[in-house]
Amino acid sequence: MTDEVILQVKDLRTYFHVDEGIVKAVDGVSFNLRKGETLGIVGESGSGKSVTNLSIINMIPNPPGRIAGGEVLFMGKDLLKMNIKQLREIRGNKISMIFQDPMTSLNPFLKISTQMVETIVLHQGLDKKAAKEKAIEMLKLAGIPAPEKRIDQYPHQFSGGMRQRVMIAMGLSCNPEILIADEPTSALDVTIQAQILDLMKDLTARLGTAVILITHSLGVVAGMCDNLCVMYAGRVVERGNTGDLFAEPKHPYTQGLIKSVPRLDQANNDRLNSIRGQPPNVIDLPDCCPFYPRCDKAMDVCKRKYPTTTEYGNGRAVACWLYTEAK
Amino acid sequence: MTENEVLLDVKDLKMHFPIGSKSLFGGHKNHIYAVDGVDFQIKKGETLGLVGESGCGKSTTARAVAQLYKPTGGEVILKGKDLTKLKPQELIHARKNMQMVFQDPYASLNPRMTSGDIIAEPMRIYQMKGILEMNKKEMDERVEQLMERVGLSRFFRNRYPHEFSGGQRQRIGIARALALRPELVLCDEPVSALDVSIQAQILNLFKDLQDEFGLTYLFIAHDLAVIQYISTRVAVMYLGTVAEISGSAELYKKPLHPYTQALLSAAPIPDPKIEKERKRIILTGDVPSPDKQRPGCPFYDRCWKHMDKCKDHKPRLREAAPGHEVACFLYHDPD
Repeated sequence: MTDEVILQVKDLRTYFHVDEGIVKAVDGVSFNLRKGETLGIVGESGSGKSVTNLSIINMIPNPPGRIAGGEVLFMGKDLLKMNIKQLREIRGNKISMIFQDPMTSLNPFLKISTQMVETIVLHQGLDKKAAKEKAIEMLKLAGIPAPEKRIDQYPHQFSGGMRQRVMIAMGLSCNPEILIADEPTSALDVTIQAQILDLMKDLTARLGTAVILITHSLGVVAGMCDNLCVMYAGRVVERGNTGDLFAEPKHPYTQGLIKSVPRLDQANNDRLNSIRGQPPNVIDLPDCCPFYPRCDKAMDVCKRKYPTTTEYGNGRAVACWLYTEAK
Repeated sequence: MTENEVLLDVKDLKMHFPIGSKSLFGGHKNHIYAVDGVDFQIKKGETLGLVGESGCGKSTTARAVAQLYKPTGGEVILKGKDLTKLKPQELIHARKNMQMVFQDPYASLNPRMTSGDIIAEPMRIYQMKGILEMNKKEMDERVEQLMERVGLSRFFRNRYPHEFSGGQRQRIGIARALALRPELVLCDEPVSALDVSIQAQILNLFKDLQDEFGLTYLFIAHDLAVIQYISTRVAVMYLGTVAEISGSAELYKKPLHPYTQALLSAAPIPDPKIEKERKRIILTGDVPSPDKQRPGCPFYDRCWKHMDKCKDHKPRLREAAPGHEVACFLYHDPD
């Protein structure tokens, strides 16, 4: 990991216009991604993790979605201002994505070879034969046994874990700068999850790829990520180095989240510290702290205004009135 | 009632599902051996956690216990009665004592019934059958009392399932399961579909209800940490059989079966310091398909400690330490 920032997300806002009003799925998200870094984005369902990442590569379906503001600077250029032709040169090439469900993200009608060769031919200008060789090499790297044979099979002939290996091989086949992995192991069993995470860690370190890992599992980010963003109701409520963030969570939501996970290494039979209530509906959310109805430390100001972000240097920041006033 | 009374005794439970076309003489040639010889006991007031990966037969076991499937073989003895041998009318009586909570709070509630009706339905059915004596007013009171107990306002009783969040729906499912005051509740992945903060609320609710009503749970989950939190004893399943069964604390401290060891080492711990220093046992390959019966140990292909005898002999559950049974030849010899 170096200090060179390759992706800068600034005040990103993605809104969906629905009958009931405006869904502010992502509302002012900012973070930096450095070369070779693994950045985790954690949050519960509906917190805007996936929409953030679809917005980065400008893949929000419009309508009903709309990127309402912000910048996404990839190596200095704003992806949100690019036309479709420029974007195609980036998507799948410089920034590639793997998704949660490897069955729905692979085309069931096409052989693995067809799907992999397509990407490589398009982006790397190789002929079909060379591209297939490259594809076989990638499958081998991804730990697929007998890749020369397997490459001519269809997705249904692979198990869930194997399909995710294919997705990783495909995602990394053009040596991207950034790999966005959206819940890559959530559909997998725990022993297969360990295999896939191990593979991702090993391959991206070897190729120097930066990773944005989206997940709801605190256990996964603890083992994988250098830095973290914690999202709640479309906002980043806290970010920082993984070690610091777990050792000393500042935002009451992060504190609650960490305490509410039962842990394997701590046999406790007391009650879990759950967070009361439930996540807010993000339709027409007022300009207040979205967490205040569930927060034990809520103050008057929390109901009136969204907190400003307090920076602590080294990428550590928290958006909570508790710290703004102390400062 | 004594402390150690066995409430549910499952003996050599088998559930085979026929697949493919019928053979010339009308029988099915091929089967999925979803559950293939499972034994366990649950004592009154305890929670048996059933853990394993997808396809290992956890849910099938629960459904076969509830007689939602007719088991291919074995016995399911609830309070001294073998459910597999009961006549339909007797089974209805026995089932009153055994209710289920399902995984998907969206699919397990009828979208066209109000939450109040959903919770009252078991009572209404048993009342119609003449087993339960309850009038309308008593039922209404019971519904309100149940809703309050599981953390829902009684004013929500006329709302439909789509008006509730996932966690609230699971509360409705729990209230429904408690309506008939059962002793045994079969919980089939009741928290897997929920977000972390909501999951903690529901787990706490399960524990509180157990303390209050003396409930006994068969609790299925694939998350090892959840199982540890909720269970008194834990059974680890692999490919339709129980690999290891023991007290919860003992199992997590000293797992004996190589599969249990691998499973525990693969589960991530939400602490970066610990994660950095942990050594994982990374299993090779996938869980094999349960479409054939193996002569040897089901874990043979993926086990890094396998021996010659594991290939041709099937290990049975044997006590390796007091109260700790394991099906592995590392700890006992073939019979």
